[in-house]
Amino acid sequence: MRVGVVTFPGSLDDSSALRAIRLAGGTPVPLFHASDDLKEVQAVVLPGGFSYGDYLRCGAISRFAPIMSSIIIAAEHGFPVLGICNGFQILCESHLLPGALTRNQGLHFVCTDQPLIVENAATPWTSGYTKGDRLVIPIKNGEGSFQASAQTLHELESEGRVVLRYADSNPNGSKNDIAGITNARGNVVGVMPHPEQAIESLTGPSEDGLTFFTSILHSLVGR
Amino acid sequence: MALDTVAVAAAQPELIQPWRELGLKEDEYARIKEILGRRPTSSELAMYSVMWSEHCSYKSSKVHLKQFGEKAPHSDALLVGIGENAGVVDIGQGYAVTFKIESHNHPSFIEPYQGAATGVGGIVRDILTMGARPIAIMDPLRFGPADAVDTRRVLPGIVAGVGGYGNCLGLPNIGGEVVFDATYAGNPLVNALCVGVMRHEDIKLATAHGTGNLVVLFGAKTGGDGIGGVSVLASETFASGKAAKRPAVQVGDPFAEKVLIECSLEIFAEDLVIGIQDLGGAGLSCATSELASAGSGGMSIQLEKVPLRDPSLSPEEILMSESQERMCAIIEPSKLARFMKICKKWDVTATVIGEVTDGKNLEITFNGELIVDVPPRTVAHDGPVYNRPIAKPAYLETLTPTTLPTLDSAESIKSELLALIASPNIADKSWVTDQYDRYVQGNSVLSQPEDSGMIRIDENTNLGVAISTDANARWSYLDPYNGAKLALLESCRNIATTGAKPLAVTNCLNFGSPEDPGVMWQFAETVRGLADICLEMGLPVTGGNVSFYNQTGAVAILPTPVIGVLGVIQDVTTRTKMGIPAAGLSIVQLGNTSDNFSGSEWAHLHGQIGDHAPTPDIATEMRLINLLLEGQPLFESAHDLSDGGLAAALTEAVLRNGIGASIDLPAQYIPGGVAAGLFAETPGRVLVTVKAEHRAALAALAEKFEIALHELGTSGGDALVINGAAIPLDELRQAHTQTLPKLFG
Amino acid sequence: MATIVVEVMLKPEILDPQGQAVAAALPRLGFTFAKAVRQGKRFEIEVEGTPTPEQLADIEKAAETLLSNPVIESYLVKVED
Repeated sequence: MRVGVVTFPGSLDDSSALRAIRLAGGTPVPLFHASDDLKEVQAVVLPGGFSYGDYLRCGAISRFAPIMSSIIIAAEHGFPVLGICNGFQILCESHLLPGALTRNQGLHFVCTDQPLIVENAATPWTSGYTKGDRLVIPIKNGEGSFQASAQTLHELESEGRVVLRYADSNPNGSKNDIAGITNARGNVVGVMPHPEQAIESLTGPSEDGLTFFTSILHSLVGR
Repeated sequence: MALDTVAVAAAQPELIQPWRELGLKEDEYARIKEILGRRPTSSELAMYSVMWSEHCSYKSSKVHLKQFGEKAPHSDALLVGIGENAGVVDIGQGYAVTFKIESHNHPSFIEPYQGAATGVGGIVRDILTMGARPIAIMDPLRFGPADAVDTRRVLPGIVAGVGGYGNCLGLPNIGGEVVFDATYAGNPLVNALCVGVMRHEDIKLATAHGTGNLVVLFGAKTGGDGIGGVSVLASETFASGKAAKRPAVQVGDPFAEKVLIECSLEIFAEDLVIGIQDLGGAGLSCATSELASAGSGGMSIQLEKVPLRDPSLSPEEILMSESQERMCAIIEPSKLARFMKICKKWDVTATVIGEVTDGKNLEITFNGELIVDVPPRTVAHDGPVYNRPIAKPAYLETLTPTTLPTLDSAESIKSELLALIASPNIADKSWVTDQYDRYVQGNSVLSQPEDSGMIRIDENTNLGVAISTDANARWSYLDPYNGAKLALLESCRNIATTGAKPLAVTNCLNFGSPEDPGVMWQFAETVRGLADICLEMGLPVTGGNVSFYNQTGAVAILPTPVIGVLGVIQDVTTRTKMGIPAAGLSIVQLGNTSDNFSGSEWAHLHGQIGDHAPTPDIATEMRLINLLLEGQPLFESAHDLSDGGLAAALTEAVLRNGIGASIDLPAQYIPGGVAAGLFAETPGRVLVTVKAEHRAALAALAEKFEIALHELGTSGGDALVINGAAIPLDELRQAHTQTLPKLFG
Repeated sequence: MATIVVEVMLKPEILDPQGQAVAAALPRLGFTFAKAVRQGKRFEIEVEGTPTPEQLADIEKAAETLLSNPVIESYLVKVED
């Protein structure tokens, strides 16, 4: 099962995403931003980092990369895409997901082990969880505050498209404590927390994040 | 303005030059004329003035620092020693690790965010230039009093700068220090450490040889950043009340450095460079003269080829610019095309600016006119060497012993402990460390608030490294010779507590003005102490940094030698954490407590510093290290005792996992009673927890290594109980964690 | 030579913590005039000669697709000499 991870200039958590795919039992495939070749992967991860230094706005320049033109077309046909942190920001800038991520309310970069609730276990990236599962996964960002119009929020909530919600405390002022969402079709998921940093108890606060990567592999079986 | 060329200099020997304004002394100017056989051109004058400044030439410290070479212990592990950009040690399995610590103090006082950010950028480039992938950073920071107005100006900016640059580079910040003391008001210390890893065969050095090989400048374009920053800022103290010098601070772009790292590593992987040097203090003048000096000596540079951000720069300014994120490589012509292709992939500007020659001099032309013609060694390595006067300072005669309360009631124990753990130096530092990414790269095994930072090097074998940085300025003030030894022992103990074996040492020596004989005495004693203990313990000093002139007016900072130790652990999965992990465990103190409170945080809270630092017991500490390493399978947790003594260590250990403890300190058996038991900072002590069934094995090990063992109590419950004084964990946590958020928002 | 200025501001309903931080800092320095503060961005774009209607239309498009994120920001294009 081939899962691609895109490296943009400034991507940082690409190596961790590749490792997570490998530990989950898949074949990780590095993809480069400048090429539109998806190398026959069956799903794609847009990893965390500071692509283009967060210049202009986070993800604003990455969204125009050649690889993104292929990903956008594929996503519109049901291709599974996971955006993590900066990846989530790129997905919003690309309008594959609604809303936008803005500066943390507290204005500081925050790195912490964040309690979360799984709200949607129906996407190919979260099918291994059960709705209501409580996870502890690192967040580490300065621009993680999810903002959207009242109408968008209403759509997300009523259609069950919130995937992850902050529990116990809201670290950045995100509307409705939203930590991750999915598109209407359910194939594109964006999350601010970093599941790829919670895959081994040796290096993370838990192994709660590994299920994102085992889920996609199970979802791809039979495709 | 007409260009001041070599020809003009030879023809106009009597021209008055601003050597004094550039920071040179009269005899140094005379020496330059002697070396060249004429007066220097303005470009040459700029080069010499910057390269012969204290920060670049180490002129006041060289005579002392050579002890690290003279007293160097034999070590098979040392692959690259002092003198290169960073030291390199062999950690086994074909891996080489490079690490170094550096200072960026004065710029951070002036522009906290950029000063700290570019400090991180600079040390990371030093590691990169050795051929390594940078894998972690640490930041020992020191500020004036926590509640001072200027601390509120400086601290948030510095922390944001360290985080802003380090996070964007994708380097986990795995540890450091945050210390508050009146001595640093006006002179904050920003020290940054970086660690990198590579295979042995990938080590790169800064050398230029092979006639016809090309000199390539790559990275960011050159602008007016930090013109004269090095010599202007670092060789001058801040006179109280004078306006800040603004133009000399550099501005960093971490994204530019991130792509520079990826680009460089691809270039290294294809073995395309013969030598490489990063551009730091003194910019191009340093890089070219050092590369040439370490090589065959001859180099020709065409300065007009340097890509500029600011076309109005004069040749002198181009040479002195400290624009960030730039590197200089020596490559064979046949490798140029491939080199350029990789730079283009990462959108990194790269330009051939010269070549290695078969001459003996560094020759720099600007549009065909020769403006620099110097023997590179005289610029880079044969700078002035001072033997500054040394005099034992008078304050040593006026020290008085501490007089501190005895703790004779549960109330006094509780109130003193809560006051201590809420004090800024001992309080929880999450306000700072939560602004740093500790997870990126996915190999962080331990990070703050653990005793050392630990990184997994090999995912298959679980080989790892541990790093700790430590200093105790008060002990160094009381006794700089022993203070240095004590700091080194503290760092080694932190490494061993987590399960790693100390291997090599780096240091950042932060002192006042070398023109003050008392400060110079402190420096000389510190270096002597560090060199002596490293020899005795078989730990090579691989490199480091000296920062002088940390003073405001005539008042120097307390001598603050920051010691960094690197250790190796064969299996990171066996590492020991500091938090008490379960109830029902036996809590044990290894090592004896004495009643010396000099230099302790508790004495400081009572307005005292005392009169004599502890005497380091190196033999016992070495046995303790061996006990910690051999006893590791027995420990459920282990935590080093240092600042704040047992009180701080217990607080940190119980709050980590929210598991309390019941402790009985047998007052009559501890010199100094309960107060010493809780608050003395006697070195050579570690707090461990073991399962009941392992107590006998631990006692046997302690006997084998002749280390004192004291059973203190048992873990469990929701309070910290000491000699009957019960402090609920909630109250403990409240006191410990609210201090910094209340101060800094 | 003309300079075209594009000003980008967060939409009024979007949380602006940086503007709030500035508003909170002003009184601490003794400045009491501000009821509210919002923070935005200003782009200065140099073009040769006087901008043509086609160029201005292009700049509007660039403002809408790159310089601003229409989900959370609004923009204003002005020509300065």
